[in-house]
Amino acid sequence: MNELMNVVDWSRAQFALTAIYHWLFVPLTLGLGVIIAIMETIYYRTRDQKWLATTRFWMTLFGVNFAIGVATGIILEFEFGTNWSNYSWFVGDIFGAPLAVEGILAFFMESTFIAIMFFGWKKVSPKFHLAATWLTAIGASLSALWILVANAWMQDPVGCHFNPETMRNEMTSFWEVVSSPMAVSKFFHTVLSAWVLGGAFVVGVCSWMMLRKRNIDHCHRSLKVGGWVGLIGIVLTIVTGDSSAVTVAKEQPMKLAAMEGLYEGHNAQEIVAFGILNPAKTVDNNEDPYLLNISIPYGLSILANHAPNSFVPGINDIINGISKDEKGNIINTVSYAERIKRGKLAQEAVALHHTAMQTNDAAALDEINKTLDENFKYFGYGYLDSPQEAVPNVPLTFYTFHFMVTIGGYLLLFMALVLFFEYKKKLNDKAKWNKWWHWLAIITIPLTYLCSASGWIVAEVGRQPWTIQDLMPNKVAISDLSAGYVQTTFWIFAVVFTALLIADVSIICKQIAKKSKTDLNVAEF
Amino acid sequence: MTHYILQNYWWLIISILGALLVFLLFVQGGQSMLICAKNEGQRSMMVNSLGRKWEFTFTTLVTFGGAFFASFPLFYSTSFGGAYWLWMFILFSFVIQAVAYEYRSKHGNVYGSKFYDTLLLINGIVGPVLLGVAVAGMFFGNEFTVTKANILNVQSATISQWGSAHGLEAIICWKNLIFGFMVFFLARTLASLYFINNIDDEEVRKAQRRNLTINAPIFVVLFLASLVLILTAQGVQVDDNGNMATAPNKYLNNYLEMWWCLVLLLIGVGMVLYGIGKTLLKPDYTHGIWFAGIGTVTVVLTLFWVLGFNGTAYYPSTIDVNSSLNLRNSSSSLFTLRVMSYVSILVPFVLAYIAYAWHKMDHNKITQHEIDTTDPDDKY
Repeated sequence: MNELMNVVDWSRAQFALTAIYHWLFVPLTLGLGVIIAIMETIYYRTRDQKWLATTRFWMTLFGVNFAIGVATGIILEFEFGTNWSNYSWFVGDIFGAPLAVEGILAFFMESTFIAIMFFGWKKVSPKFHLAATWLTAIGASLSALWILVANAWMQDPVGCHFNPETMRNEMTSFWEVVSSPMAVSKFFHTVLSAWVLGGAFVVGVCSWMMLRKRNIDHCHRSLKVGGWVGLIGIVLTIVTGDSSAVTVAKEQPMKLAAMEGLYEGHNAQEIVAFGILNPAKTVDNNEDPYLLNISIPYGLSILANHAPNSFVPGINDIINGISKDEKGNIINTVSYAERIKRGKLAQEAVALHHTAMQTNDAAALDEINKTLDENFKYFGYGYLDSPQEAVPNVPLTFYTFHFMVTIGGYLLLFMALVLFFEYKKKLNDKAKWNKWWHWLAIITIPLTYLCSASGWIVAEVGRQPWTIQDLMPNKVAISDLSAGYVQTTFWIFAVVFTALLIADVSIICKQIAKKSKTDLNVAEF
Repeated sequence: MTHYILQNYWWLIISILGALLVFLLFVQGGQSMLICAKNEGQRSMMVNSLGRKWEFTFTTLVTFGGAFFASFPLFYSTSFGGAYWLWMFILFSFVIQAVAYEYRSKHGNVYGSKFYDTLLLINGIVGPVLLGVAVAGMFFGNEFTVTKANILNVQSATISQWGSAHGLEAIICWKNLIFGFMVFFLARTLASLYFINNIDDEEVRKAQRRNLTINAPIFVVLFLASLVLILTAQGVQVDDNGNMATAPNKYLNNYLEMWWCLVLLLIGVGMVLYGIGKTLLKPDYTHGIWFAGIGTVTVVLTLFWVLGFNGTAYYPSTIDVNSSLNLRNSSSSLFTLRVMSYVSILVPFVLAYIAYAWHKMDHNKITQHEIDTTDPDDKY
């Protein structure tokens, strides 16, 4: 069992490492892709060489970043098979379809048109080139769509049924999979947050150039586009964040409770604006969950249910199967102990189904199918040893959630100020705090990256121990590998990705430094 | 459409993707020859010629994996989780390729151009050889078992279990290696034909014709050896009830029973030889890549068809014949295959815009002048 747990831990660590590295590069591709496409559209409409030069400046940085995003992406796709082989079979019937669509529609679109985008300036017409740039940006977003649909399904498995003969989930409605509230929220929240990162990157780089008084006109051109994309992105990210919270409250209440460090829920539940968790607190003791807690009344009830007096369950409430209506009357739900029991019943039914099929016992099959239908919802709980096993890492979920929200709020203010100063150029250029403002903009780049990564940590750590919510815990999803094998590849990945990240950042910095010294009002080929 | 037809249809799609992937490995073959370039000018033309195509190979590999996951998930979970090291080496080689092109000539790339050229060389050798090894394993079998009921046992929950070497044994199997090196020399042969077609430079063309005289005969010998091994190999026969049993000379019998496959195999081989031969015999002939390329695709298609059709297990287990994977026991459900089939209608459209973009980009051949006059940031 220890060996098994080690494999699970290393497999999780490897996937997390790959995903985090991948997500360092992908949001910049998504965000910068849109910004470049807008810039080239302005060039196409005005035929102003300055806009062409500005487009090409950002395109160079886009290209450097794109390659490493592709490199880390291929590992992610194949890791589903290499490290999570049971999972691949259990959900391949559903998960594979979006992945195949992604390959056929999105990847080929990206890979075909990015070649034209970079090497086609002198080979195709400006109109065709512009189309290629937009199609590259759209292709990138489309590939994000399908992988996010797949991820959303893991958080909220819909549109499928379990087939005991094949021992896997099988799709019953592609539309339900694609259009589930979780998928819709996740796609828009993620892609729009990438716009924010693209905008912050453009603003930060321009600020660095303005600090050195290089290509100021180019910077103002870029700031307008980057600022608007960033502002629209953050406003819509917040809006979709709200719908995500409602979906999480409904489908993954344990995750929401962990995000807030909430153990005992109440009606009109407040939300923690700033808090420090008590490390001694567990589900088994009565310690105060917080060492420090500044809260906003009604906040969590409004966020989770859009109803100020509604009840939001805490971790212990969920484990014990307790909920309340708006008047505070107790409503019993299914406790985790009961879920474990029913999960085991579902698993026994699957085992009996196999025997009944062999003996062709129709009456037994009917009974077994009935038991399975009644209990399959809790199938995954049957693998758990105790209710406590279904509680995610509360501190990590709590702190990353609050960091994400805080930085998200800051980015809203920041992007609004970027545009305000841009349209009041004189005010900004002459201000004494101008230098500090530019430094703040530069620091905002890593802050936005951290914010973006935090969002993913909340989404993925908050749903632990599940690979597929309520159906398959991590320990059942893995491949038959030794811990040593996965540990070895983990460190190889860590070294290779870190080396490539160093090269990536170095090249981007050198490119910015080099190109900022050239005249970015003149397009060069 | 019935489940049976859709399973066959998706095997056909997999076959097409696999065949295109083998053809596109000319990029890797070309990378393995960069070290032979006489000077930096030649190397630059070769790198830029390949650099505008590498994403097609990469994307086809990703889509090949995605299509397998979607249509035959039990293969995905069994092979990838089982032959762990084999697939990891393949993946590593493609990871380093993706960045090598973009970074090799950029200022501040930290490790220097030669480092990235070495990465391209590694991918150029490891990629084709190990992909060949992986495909060879589909003919010659691997040591694995599949027990779906394991998923109910938390102490040993893995459905697909593999020998402890986890793919290392496949890499050192001589039959697999012959197949792998055959793919490698095919990639190099196709790369020479591609360079001759895509680079308008007399010196490069002469050098590639010389390379062709070495690589093509080695490829032909290895191809014949691989073909003999495949045709004499023991396969796994699947009857109408899904029962499986070993069958001697299964692939030879498949070729004979599916005579059209045999005809296409011979046509494909003929086209490859014609493309190579005419290029070697006529100094001004530059279109050999198209004959050899189409021939390659045709041959690989027939190999996939004899591998999966005619009641054949396309992934035989050498230790438990009943664990072997065939089109019926490893596929997605009828509903999923049907949904994906609607999506696959778009494949011709995708192929059409790829062909159009390729045509636009390759309309003017790469020359030394073009490389010299291109902005450093617009070339590799």
